[in-house]
Amino acid sequence: MYKILKKERLNSSVTRMVIEAPFVAKKAQPGQFIILRVDKDGERVPFTIADYDRENETVTIIFQVVGAETSLLNLKNEGDYIEDFVGPLGNPTKTDGYKKVAVIGGGVGSAIAYPVAKKFHQQGTVVHTVVGFRNKELVILADEFKAVSDKYLLVSDDGSTGKKGFVTDALKELIDSGEAYDLVIAIGPIPMMKFVSKLTKGYGIKTIVSMNPIMIDGTGMCGGCRLTVGGETKFACVDGPEFDGHLVDFDEAMERGAMYKKFERSEECRLFGKEVQ
Amino acid sequence: MDINKRHPMPCRDPLVRNKDFKEVATGYDAETAIEEAKRCLHCKHRPCVSGCPVNIAIPDFIALVAEGKFEEAYQVIAKTSALPAVCGRVCPQEKQCESKCVRGIKGESVGIGRLERFVADYHNANTPLKKADIPKNGKRVAIVGSGPSSLTCAGDLAKMGYAVTIFEALHIAGGVLVYGIPEFRLPKAIVQREVDGLKDMGVDVETNVVIGRSISIDDMLQKYDAVFVGSGAGLPRFMGIEGENLKGVYSANEFLTRINLMKAYKEDSRTPVQHGRRVAVVGGGNVAMDAARCAKRLGAQEVCIIYRRSMEELPARAEEVENAIEEQIEFKTLMNPTRILGNENGNVTGIECVNMELGEPDESGRRRPVAIKGSEHIIDVDSVIIAIGTSPNPLIKSTTAGLEVDKRGCIVADENGRTSREGVFAGGDTVTGAATVIKAMGAGKAAAKAIDEYIKSKAN
Repeated sequence: MYKILKKERLNSSVTRMVIEAPFVAKKAQPGQFIILRVDKDGERVPFTIADYDRENETVTIIFQVVGAETSLLNLKNEGDYIEDFVGPLGNPTKTDGYKKVAVIGGGVGSAIAYPVAKKFHQQGTVVHTVVGFRNKELVILADEFKAVSDKYLLVSDDGSTGKKGFVTDALKELIDSGEAYDLVIAIGPIPMMKFVSKLTKGYGIKTIVSMNPIMIDGTGMCGGCRLTVGGETKFACVDGPEFDGHLVDFDEAMERGAMYKKFERSEECRLFGKEVQ
Repeated sequence: MDINKRHPMPCRDPLVRNKDFKEVATGYDAETAIEEAKRCLHCKHRPCVSGCPVNIAIPDFIALVAEGKFEEAYQVIAKTSALPAVCGRVCPQEKQCESKCVRGIKGESVGIGRLERFVADYHNANTPLKKADIPKNGKRVAIVGSGPSSLTCAGDLAKMGYAVTIFEALHIAGGVLVYGIPEFRLPKAIVQREVDGLKDMGVDVETNVVIGRSISIDDMLQKYDAVFVGSGAGLPRFMGIEGENLKGVYSANEFLTRINLMKAYKEDSRTPVQHGRRVAVVGGGNVAMDAARCAKRLGAQEVCIIYRRSMEELPARAEEVENAIEEQIEFKTLMNPTRILGNENGNVTGIECVNMELGEPDESGRRRPVAIKGSEHIIDVDSVIIAIGTSPNPLIKSTTAGLEVDKRGCIVADENGRTSREGVFAGGDTVTGAATVIKAMGAGKAAAKAIDEYIKSKAN
C-alpha cells in the first residue's frame, strides 16, 4: 500500500498527487513512468513520473480525469492509500550532449515535459518551452516551467491566454526566426506529437516523442503497448516510451489507443451510476 | 474394473464447463484414490522416481494412499516437492513419472499425478496453515521473481534458516501460476495457499518491485549474501508478419494476463478484454491450449488452433489437447499464418494461412514443416492470439554487468544454478527458456542447496 501525502487540484480536471514510494523515488529519472492500481479490483494504469524527491522517498504524478480509474484515483484524499504503485519503468530521457533544445508540452502532457525541461536546465542546456492548452482555465505548471526555461511560450486553442493557435505554429515561428535547436522533444496527445514531428522533419531537426499506448504489466511481458518504429515492432514499456518522432507510425498508434473505447465508455457510465446512488 | 486401466479423472461436462472458468477436473474421491493406489506394483527399481525432476518417493507415498494414510502420504511428497497441488495438476506426467511406470507397458500407467493432486488437496482441506518456528542463521538471500523456481528455492532456504525476501514485479506473487495458467486448470486459491505457506515460514514477499528498474542485482548484493534469479521467460515472440499490430491481435501473454491476473472474464472487472466471436490461436503448446479455451469461455462461437506441424507433434500436454477437443476447439494443423487482414478501422477481419507438409527432421529432431506453394487461403476471424513462444526478458541482463547469457538471452548457469557472477544463482525458464513448472522447481531446489553451500563456504 502506498500513501498519498499530498493532493492538489491544478485545474478543473487535472490533479497532482505526491505519493510515498521508496523504491521508485530512489531510482526515478525524467522520462520514466509508474504503473498503479487504485484498489484491489483496479486496472493497471501507467502514469508518467512528474517529479520525485529521493530524500523524502516520494514520487509525484499529475493526471487528468478521463475514465474510471482516474475518477477513482481522484476520489482518494491525502492520507489515503493506493493499492499498487510500481516503477520506475521505461528508459529515462537521454539528455546528454545537447546545447539547445525545444521542449513541447500539450495539455496534461506538459506535466511529463516538465521534469525533462528541468533536467536539461540543470545540466546547462538552453531550454525553450512551448506549451499548449485548449483554454486559459486548463493551464498548468506555468511557474514551474518559467523557472527552468530560457524562453517560455504559452499558446491556447481559443486565444484566451498566451498566443492563439497550436504548439506547432509557435514552434515554426521560433525556428523560422532563426532559433537553431539540436533537439525537439514533444510530449502530449498523439496528434500533437505527430504534427510536431511532421514539422521538424521538414527542417531536419532531431525529434523525440514520448508515446503513451495502452499498457498492462509495463515490464515487457505482453506486447500490449507495441508500436511500429522505423518499420520494426517495439514495446513502448521497455524500448521506450521515448522514440524518434520521425520514425513512429502515429496513425497505427492512434488506432491501437482506441481499442477499448467502447468498453471505457460503458465503464464510466456504470461507475458514475454507482456514485449517484 | 480392468486392472490395466487407470481410474478416469472425474471432469465437468465439456459443454457446460466451456462457458465458465471453474476447474475442469474435479479430482478423485478417497475411495477412487485408494483403488488407483492399489494398482502400483511397487517395483524394486522405481523407474517412476527417476522420471520425476524432483524425485518424489512415488511408490512410498502411493503405498500410504493405498492404506488410507493420506496425511502421511503428503509428508512423503513434501520432503522433495514444494507445490504438489500445483504439480499434480499441471505437470506433463505422460512425459515424466508416468512415462516410466511399468504398468504402462501392458496397459495404462498408474495415475501418479492424480494421486499427488488428491493427497495435496486432502492435506490443504484438512490441515490449517500455521506459523513455523525456524531458528534463523543470520544470513539473507534475495529471490528475483515469484514463479515456481523461486517459490521452491525460497521454501528450501527458509527451512534451512535463511532470511529470504522474494521480489516480484507484478502485484501478485506466483508468476505464470497466476497470470498464465487459467483458473479452470489451476485455481488461484491453491497458488495463494502456497505463497501464504511460505510467508508462514518467515519468507518476505515484496510485490511491485522490478529488478533492473526499482533495484538492481548489484544493489541486492550489497544487502544480501546471495541472489537467486528466477525471473522466467516472459517476453512474447511475435511472427513478424503483416497485420500483427491490428486491433484484435494479442500475444497469448497479454490475453492470458488480462483474463487470469486481471480477471477480465468477470462481469465487474475494470480491465477489458476483447470477446472475439471467431478466434484463431497460433501455436501448439500449453499456452495455445489455455488461450483457445479461455477465448471459448469468453463466448466465442468458433475457436481454432493453427499449428504448423501435425497433431502428433503438438507440444501441449495430452490431457489439455483432449480437453480442448471436447470443448469444441478446432485444430487446423499443418498450417501457418502468412498475414493478418484488417478493415479500415484497424480491426482484424481474417488470417491468411498456407498449408504445410513435413520434410526432413531439423536440429530439434522434429520433421521440419515446409510451406506448400499456392495453398494460401483466408480464414475469417475477428481475433488472433499469438502463442508461438517466449524468451527471457532482457531487463536483468542489460542492467547486470558480467552476467553471462547465451544467444537466446537465457542466463548461463550450471546444474546447481551458479552463474558467471559470484553470489548470483539462477534457475527455471530464465536459464532453460520456456519449460515446465516441475523443471523450474527442480532448478530452484538445486540452487537452494548450492546457495547454502556457497554461503557456508564463505563464512568459513
